[in-house]
Amino acid sequence: MQRIGVFVCHCGSNIAATVDVAKVAEMALMEPGVVHAEDYQYMCSEAGQAKIAEAIHEKKLSGIVVCSCSPRMHEATFRKAAERAGLNPYMVEIANIREHCSWIHKDMEEATKKAVILMRAAVAKVNLNTPLQPGESRVTKRALIIGGGIAGIQTALDIADAGYEVDIVEKTPSIGGRMSQLDKTFPTLDCSACILTPKMVEASAHEKIHIYTYSEVENVSGFVGDFTVDIRKKARSVDMDKCTGCGVCQEKCPSKKAPSEFNRGLNNRSAIYTPFAQAIPNVPVIDREACIKFKTGKCGICSKVCQAGAIDYEQKDEIITEKYGAIVVATGFDTINLDKYDEYAYNQSPDVITSLELERVMNAAGPTHGHLERLSDGKAPKEMVFIQCVGSRCSDDRGKPYCSKICCMYTAKHAMLIRDKYPDVNVTVFYIDVRTPGKNFDEFYRRAVEQYGVNYIKGQVGKVMPQPNGKLLVQGSDLLDNKQILKEADMVVLATAIEPNPDVRKIATMLTASIDTNNFLTEAHAKLRPVESPTAGIFLSGVCQGPKDIPETVAQAGAAAVKAIGLLAKDKLMTNPCTAHSDELLCNGCSTCENVCPYGAITYEDKEVNDHGIREVRRLAVVNSALCQGCGACTVACPSGAMDLQGFSNRQIIAEVDAICR
Amino acid sequence: MSPEKKQAEMIEEISGVNPLKCMKCGKCSATCPSYNEMDIKPHQFVSYVINEDVESLVNSESLWKCLSCFACVERCPRDVKPGKLIDAARQMVVRQKGQAYLSPDEIPELLDPELPQQLLVSAFRRYRR
Amino acid sequence: MSIENKEFKPKIVAFCCNWCSYAGADLAGSSRLTYPADVKIIRVPCSCRVNPMFILRAFEKGADGVIMCGCHPGDCHYSTGNYYARRRMTLLFSMLDYIGVENGRTRVEWVSAAEGVKFSDTMNSFVEKIYSLGENVRLGDLRCRN
Repeated sequence: MQRIGVFVCHCGSNIAATVDVAKVAEMALMEPGVVHAEDYQYMCSEAGQAKIAEAIHEKKLSGIVVCSCSPRMHEATFRKAAERAGLNPYMVEIANIREHCSWIHKDMEEATKKAVILMRAAVAKVNLNTPLQPGESRVTKRALIIGGGIAGIQTALDIADAGYEVDIVEKTPSIGGRMSQLDKTFPTLDCSACILTPKMVEASAHEKIHIYTYSEVENVSGFVGDFTVDIRKKARSVDMDKCTGCGVCQEKCPSKKAPSEFNRGLNNRSAIYTPFAQAIPNVPVIDREACIKFKTGKCGICSKVCQAGAIDYEQKDEIITEKYGAIVVATGFDTINLDKYDEYAYNQSPDVITSLELERVMNAAGPTHGHLERLSDGKAPKEMVFIQCVGSRCSDDRGKPYCSKICCMYTAKHAMLIRDKYPDVNVTVFYIDVRTPGKNFDEFYRRAVEQYGVNYIKGQVGKVMPQPNGKLLVQGSDLLDNKQILKEADMVVLATAIEPNPDVRKIATMLTASIDTNNFLTEAHAKLRPVESPTAGIFLSGVCQGPKDIPETVAQAGAAAVKAIGLLAKDKLMTNPCTAHSDELLCNGCSTCENVCPYGAITYEDKEVNDHGIREVRRLAVVNSALCQGCGACTVACPSGAMDLQGFSNRQIIAEVDAICR
Repeated sequence: MSPEKKQAEMIEEISGVNPLKCMKCGKCSATCPSYNEMDIKPHQFVSYVINEDVESLVNSESLWKCLSCFACVERCPRDVKPGKLIDAARQMVVRQKGQAYLSPDEIPELLDPELPQQLLVSAFRRYRR
Repeated sequence: MSIENKEFKPKIVAFCCNWCSYAGADLAGSSRLTYPADVKIIRVPCSCRVNPMFILRAFEKGADGVIMCGCHPGDCHYSTGNYYARRRMTLLFSMLDYIGVENGRTRVEWVSAAEGVKFSDTMNSFVEKIYSLGENVRLGDLRCRN
């Protein structure tokens, strides 16, 4: 028989306001095995933990139940406290009477009743707990970064500077990401390339960083400290070792009709291309869909002009398998598709562009060489209209329910830059709210209004109508003046909502990292563990976790790096002892469990067993506890009931069911 | 419950709209073709219902100026749909005349010079099925 | 609710996987989204840990409804656990329906860690359904009745 202590937490008034905690403690004493029960203001406080330790010593407790908040919050705290007091940490169970009881029920009597039942279930379970010993697993001292934008680059640099090997996998032919497409950055108006390029060079030159561009993660297996990842290096058709990056092939390539991804399709590129001049690595790739050689077999000009002989039409995709201790996701974002927003005429007029397209238009390396001009006729605009919240803050299925966060600031930036460079252009911004929290952000926005005379109008635009004379008629409302506005504009810029990179769902599934309804990766705790995924060993960097601007992305990238370094610095990890194990006398070696195990943790061995005096050699299932993650699939699949899961055994769960239904 | 609150709740019930979802972006007013004819503007319908002032809404010009073109319904990013609110207000006026339901057979009787065309349009739209 | 059910307080057992649904229930709690106190949650590592035996046991001991929540298909922390759970429960529930435990008393729902609202909505609708079905009379171990 166990000697169980029950500790009921008030959590200030969080629990005590709706649950009669003294009653719960009193009822606990009537449960079998309970020899001690008390309630206290804050069980997780030092004094509360001291009470637990004291009771363990004085009452010689063999198991404890803490009725408090969610085990996801403080199970580890109480397990450590028990361990310090000499009790096996796995003899601790939590009854969740806060998130699952006091916070969701209003009626005190009802909530107390439920809290008592939850306490009973936990006591019933702990009665059947057995002390468990965690095993150890090794840590591969190498990190993988998925995504080579500013988030991925910064995380890689920080991890590499701490002395660990880092691999970056980037889908496109060059690292740099979205930031490389930007012209200037708010709120200081630094040239984006000027601050990004040195980082890209630093990453590529770093001896600890290896960059796989034009590559994708194909498969991930394993677990924290010991992931095995297959990386598909797509065929570049150019030998990276031989290519000197002279660029002649791109010049001579006769196929120049492929839309440039880097310039958001505003102009065309050759079939053999580097996305942009400062690309790293400065080695082109052949777009096989656009290449005449690959389409018709005739051409091969690039091969003829290449002095280094680097062109290799026969190159094939290559799969590289590598082991990693930690994985950082930094997959970034894209702007949403505007097909559903017909009213803004984005698909009807080339003069209606997204803000990201405007970045390219304003950039000296962009399709207009940095001249602000209409994409339809190349004329300089006189009237520009910016529309905010296009697809952001929408509760219908056309847009995204969240605020994209960066649009207010970049619109102020665009407006300011245009007024600065072209003072004769009138700039009007239609806004719903201007949201500029951040250091020097509101000052920046006010400067756009006060110093540069940007006309901000509170109200949304209802529709944009292309006119026969080539102008765009913008119909909007001014809610403060209470009038409807009709404005003829030369260009309209849409502050398009951002969404996580569409590939992130596939990656999250491979990593078994959880993802929310908007495809943002979920953090382990919204406030306290913002850069970790709930899946151990997976860290989040940049916009894949939620909308953020460059300073925040860089800060988060550093934070993710620190968390990854903290993991890589360990030589051994404690493994979860809640693993499956097979009862040798019940197992009949049928292989059912082997088939359902997602980790390949179950093997079969011929073992001699002593079955009630009969000694014989039988084929038996053996669980490798270093590989077993404790999902329990095998325990249910086992036809003879030989498999059981430590910490969540059949008897324990049935005891909980019984206690709840009593 | 005050009669004003009851009226506002009735509007919400008939229209199926939760006016609290409005984020005051003004896209409804921006898109409205009869904006200039209206004394209460489409985006204001919402706050009139929130402020439980259905009386003003019912007595407004706007009630009969709305074309029920549903441009605001189509484009509202927050599912608030002011057009549905104004439709509900009209419905309430009809109900106050003792006509809880409008069936196609009754329309000839109701067709008097004072009856606005758009009421018929919206009634047909509503009871088409 | 009928008159004889006025005092009826159903016993409802919810099995929630540790990674998604239990966290979803926590989120419902921290967002203060209410659902009836009749629901009691049992934490399991994964929905595939839920042995059909546990559900039969619950009905035997007098439960009026059993709901199992797991990660969305494809999002299982253990890659494939919820697929096994889905198949097992489909079979079990059709068998239970056959022997008189109506389909409304059993349910599988996928709730992610970010879906506190869905969790509370699910529980509210499930409890409502159990109230409408009334007390479960099948499978109960008569020795357990007082």
